[in-house]
Amino acid sequence: MISLNKRGLLAGAAALGAAALIAAAPAKAAEPIKIGFSMALTGGLAGAGKSALIAMQIWEKDTNAAGGLLGRQVKLIYYDDQTNPATVPGIYTKLLDVDKVDLVVSGYGTNLIAPAMPIMMQRNLTFIALFGLAVNDKFNYDRYFQILPAGPKPITDWSRGFFELAMAQDPKPKTIALVGADAEFAKNAVKGARIHAKNYGLKIVYDGSYHPKTADFTPIVRAIQARKPDVVYVGSYPPDSVGMVKAATEMGLKTKLFGGGMVGLQYATIMTALGPKLNGIVNYDFWVPEPTLNFKGVEAFLKKYQTEAKGKGVDPLGYYLPTYAHAYLEILGQAVKATNSLDHGKLAEHMRKTTYDTVVGKVKFAPNGEWAKTRTLMVQYQGIEDNKLDTFAKAGTRVVLYPKEWVSGKLRYPYTEAR
Amino acid sequence: MTRFWIGAGAVIAIGLLLAVTDIIANSFWFFAAYVVLQYVVLATAWNIMGGYMGYVNFGSAGFFAIGAYTAIVLYNLVKAPLLVMIPLSGIVCGLMGLGMGYLTLRLRGVYFAIGTLALAVVLETLMVNWDYVGGATGAYVIRPRTLEPFGDYVKFLTFVMLVLAVIAVAAARWIERAKFGRGLHAIRDDEIAAECAGIPTLRLKLIATTLSGFLMGIAGAPFPLYVGFVEPASAFNLAYAVNAIAMPMIGGTTMWAGPVIGALLLGTAQQIANVTISSELNLLIVGLVLVLFVTLAPEGIVGLVRKYFGRGR
Amino acid sequence: MFTFDLFWNALVAGALLGGFYAAVSLGLSITFGQLDIVNIAHPAFVILGAYIAYMGNEWWGFDPILTGLVAAPVFYAIGVGVYRFYYEAFERRDDEALRGLAFFFGVMFIVEVVLIMAYGVDFRSVQAPYIGGNWEIGTIGIPTRMFVPCMVSIAMFAAVYTYLARTFTGRAILAVSQDRLALELMAADPVRVKQVGFGLGIGTAAIAGALLIIIIPIEPSVGRLYIGQVFAIVVLGGLGSISGTLVAALILGVAESLVSTFYGPSWAPAVAFSVLLIALAVRPQGLFGR
Repeated sequence: MISLNKRGLLAGAAALGAAALIAAAPAKAAEPIKIGFSMALTGGLAGAGKSALIAMQIWEKDTNAAGGLLGRQVKLIYYDDQTNPATVPGIYTKLLDVDKVDLVVSGYGTNLIAPAMPIMMQRNLTFIALFGLAVNDKFNYDRYFQILPAGPKPITDWSRGFFELAMAQDPKPKTIALVGADAEFAKNAVKGARIHAKNYGLKIVYDGSYHPKTADFTPIVRAIQARKPDVVYVGSYPPDSVGMVKAATEMGLKTKLFGGGMVGLQYATIMTALGPKLNGIVNYDFWVPEPTLNFKGVEAFLKKYQTEAKGKGVDPLGYYLPTYAHAYLEILGQAVKATNSLDHGKLAEHMRKTTYDTVVGKVKFAPNGEWAKTRTLMVQYQGIEDNKLDTFAKAGTRVVLYPKEWVSGKLRYPYTEAR
Repeated sequence: MTRFWIGAGAVIAIGLLLAVTDIIANSFWFFAAYVVLQYVVLATAWNIMGGYMGYVNFGSAGFFAIGAYTAIVLYNLVKAPLLVMIPLSGIVCGLMGLGMGYLTLRLRGVYFAIGTLALAVVLETLMVNWDYVGGATGAYVIRPRTLEPFGDYVKFLTFVMLVLAVIAVAAARWIERAKFGRGLHAIRDDEIAAECAGIPTLRLKLIATTLSGFLMGIAGAPFPLYVGFVEPASAFNLAYAVNAIAMPMIGGTTMWAGPVIGALLLGTAQQIANVTISSELNLLIVGLVLVLFVTLAPEGIVGLVRKYFGRGR
Repeated sequence: MFTFDLFWNALVAGALLGGFYAAVSLGLSITFGQLDIVNIAHPAFVILGAYIAYMGNEWWGFDPILTGLVAAPVFYAIGVGVYRFYYEAFERRDDEALRGLAFFFGVMFIVEVVLIMAYGVDFRSVQAPYIGGNWEIGTIGIPTRMFVPCMVSIAMFAAVYTYLARTFTGRAILAVSQDRLALELMAADPVRVKQVGFGLGIGTAAIAGALLIIIIPIEPSVGRLYIGQVFAIVVLGGLGSISGTLVAALILGVAESLVSTFYGPSWAPAVAFSVLLIALAVRPQGLFGR
């Protein structure tokens, strides 16, 4: 802790010194290429933010070991946004005006990406975002790219797989319950699910939301149960995902398909805490250790990540977010190399046209900056018998059911029997 | 013209000069200054009730947020310009303050403080469930890129916030000097005695709470344009409630300069910490400084200065 | 949609939840209700207790409630220390109203940040045999995860109530804010009495914290959420009434649960605070206030 503080203070002194000399000299060729971003290192999203940072630092190290970009080293410059959107505009102007970064990427999460957008647009910067849901729907900015594999229509693509799975069953489900936390992502996830439910003619028998810090989910699950839905779609954040799963297993929730958009069930700490209670749940995911998703470089990256993550109190496996945090810098690096420049116009141009090869597979962007095609996986937790970390590190405990190209197993249906 | 008004005029003039020219080319200073000035307004507003009148408001974040949400409503309805948002946000929050003033009829001391805390939670729940302003999902408010003659729109926002800060401080100073202020002090010292002495306590309290609410509302009005994306958790952020209390406490609650000094010091320290220490130490500093000041320097920095330099205002 | 089945279940779930709320509020009911010390840092101490229960469980596999019981005397000592400081710095100078409040505000932050630095902001939870079970009595389900904390809470209430009602120091605690002079005439030092009372209040936080982490996973800032709730309960129950606190906690739990079941869970927190605001406006002395 002390060394960190010292480093912080030194950095502070350096920043103040730099600030005193505002008339900074033009960047020399030998200087490193600076990539700036804000990251949630404290506050609600810090767990995720810290793990993303580790992945990004691995990319930085590897890139520099391989000779850097354009013959220059790369350097990450980042500040803690404290998971507080109000800090973000200040951080990005600091990065751009005081630190004079060459390239920018976003912090983690919609709430912390959106406040940076006006600044990016004002200065026409190419901006790759890490896990923002439908941020560009309002801004329509043509230099925005987004690594979350939600797909070109994020709100509905998000739960498309869940509903296609449900409707492929015989007999088809007829009723659905929608429940979600009162927070940004969960609301959007449920909104998408509501649209699908209407399109498929499913009868919505329960449609409720709850305070994100609700202590006891028993009344909610019971209210859902009373309406006997065939399908239960949940949009939730880590603590309430745990609460929902606990309440559902305690009361023996009777439904045919359960899950959907539950954030947190992908994190190793939560998976090991819940163990066998997860069996049968069908939930979204972005990367799981299934043979169909064994992209080039992902294993090597995860090995490095898992060594780095030890003892840092972050996700020890690093499947969910860190792979993508690595990938979005890979894309930036590849674009810089291919265009041989740091010109934001050229970079954006390249990103609009190119298919990139990354640790999360091939990435191609749609005109609105989202993935051209959804790769939001639907996985089912199967055959989990203990709470060991290794259980979740091996193939077969989270089988991929959607999209077709990546399928690695069969849906066990209904939920009451898969449990 | 007193020295105060000359000073205030000079501050605004310099601010305007900096905002319309490129003397400070670096827009980071404007972004940082905006936040600090916003705290000057909030802290001053809090102090009118907390410092002068002795009624602790834990719900500052609620007022700030309702100011911001009023602006969002106006933006959604008619894309209203900022200079329309500010007074209307102020009026809405002023009315809320008025309601809170009536609450003081029944609630004194700690009960009142808890009531304001509850009020903030109820308001947050309302906003979470009100889809027109984005509900829990949040609302996007897209600010214009530029505004002449300021150039960057944020320079304009910062200048506006500077003017608001001057207005807030002037209001606080007026209260302090007027008979009104002495009435508030009497309420703080002993409300029942004040009432017996023929001071129209209810009227004074209502004016003070309305004014305080109004000022908090105008502090929140430009917030949506500043961040571009507002959701309840960020608008009702505990940081606003904490800082609104901590800043006057550290600066000194008895005089208008107290909250200003507290906001400038603590606000600037937080802005520096944001981009240097960059960790939860930020909150720890607020906590420690607050505890240190309330135990060792109950009159705040203003009190310390008075004590060691031995003079009044 | 209304069925009696749902109604009774909501009632039971609410009562269990209320029992837990009561445990979190008990300490404040003593410090704020009896001693007139506005300890808004109380939920922060509860979170501290939850982390201690977590450590005991994670390192040595101790039962969280047992850890809570063991930690309670330590918390008592911390409480005594905090009160001494508070007394020297504020109460003696007759300066407690505003500055005391700000002091506890600061303490709350310090506790929270220290926890963040030590444990980060990941959610932590504990393992215990009674987590995850469920009893079915007719159509009513009782999750053991809620039942055990509720019972512990009621036992804690009974113990504290008996202590306050039957012992000399206990009665002195009940009397201290009402009639200091009488207390002095009885040769009881009010400062010492308050010291014991405050220690007792903080001591209950150790156990309440253990109960909290049994019910939900926690992270350091969870405590803030409970500030409003516990004050609502203590004020609703009536300052100075320990049994009133229990009743108010149950009412709040049941109200939240009913709203959650029949109206919409997202309105549940507002209901709690609306109840508080109405109670404050109509009957500020609370249900059982003196």
